[in-house]
Amino acid sequence: MTSTALARALRDERHGRLDMLPYARMLDLRYEQDDSEVRLIMPFSIGLVGAPGRLHGGAIAGLLEIAGLAAVIVAQPDADRLPRLRPVTVTADFMREGTPVDTIAAAEVTRLGRRIINVSSRAWQFDRGRPIAMANINFLADWPDAES
Amino acid sequence: MTDRGTADERQQRFVQHFLAGVPHLAALGIAYRTHGPDWAELVMPFAEQQLADPDYGIIASGAIFTLMDSAAGFSVHMALGEFAPIATIDLRIDYLRGPTPGATVVGRASCYRLTRQIAFVRGSAHDGDPDRPIANMAGTFIISRAAADPA
Repeated sequence: MTSTALARALRDERHGRLDMLPYARMLDLRYEQDDSEVRLIMPFSIGLVGAPGRLHGGAIAGLLEIAGLAAVIVAQPDADRLPRLRPVTVTADFMREGTPVDTIAAAEVTRLGRRIINVSSRAWQFDRGRPIAMANINFLADWPDAES
Repeated sequence: MTDRGTADERQQRFVQHFLAGVPHLAALGIAYRTHGPDWAELVMPFAEQQLADPDYGIIASGAIFTLMDSAAGFSVHMALGEFAPIATIDLRIDYLRGPTPGATVVGRASCYRLTRQIAFVRGSAHDGDPDRPIANMAGTFIISRAAADPA
């Protein structure tokens, strides 16, 4: 995933939309951040529904992955020099059904390695302590100047 | 033979119709491809809204996750022989390589073990050559069958 435009937005604005990623635009994702984290908001829309009255697990997983990506970008020491990031493995656990309301997600970088970055991402609706889904995501960082 | 063929066709039409009515699959352009007694294949022709990276034409891993989660769910329905309510417990995807830009992605899943309450699934996604998968998937689902729930 290219992250330059996303990184610029996260560096320059405390909140905004993620329309630079067409997939995030389809999910209608917005972000807000404070000093401790970036939170993504996925407003409910019909296009997110899987089984009647429930969010599709894939939409929730997509939100978790982008929340993970945002957390990794924000954790990079130099916003002007970023690796290309792509998830290598994603393991998602679904705890509660996604009801037809807004969903929020935030991720924590468990370990910021130079090549592998381990992330724990959480999505919730009414209560952060009662997540609807969580994902462990391992990103691979490709540095533009890395010798291969 | 004729009756069997007709029943298969009816089932196929039903599955197609069922899938077309799932809003999030319609949003990504994911459609029915084929199925068997305990497996299902869905197809995701390239569409702009699947992209995570417009510069490089890279498909969002979330779109592939949706494709595989849905193929997995359908394989469970096929193994069950009914559209009983199911829910994903967990799903793991290994992204082996990026799909070719603009390619149609096929997701195939099979339900390789079914217990009274849990379905175990595995599968893979490819962009043209099943022997060169772009992603591997493993997961579990919980089944809520009316008969399985003691009153």
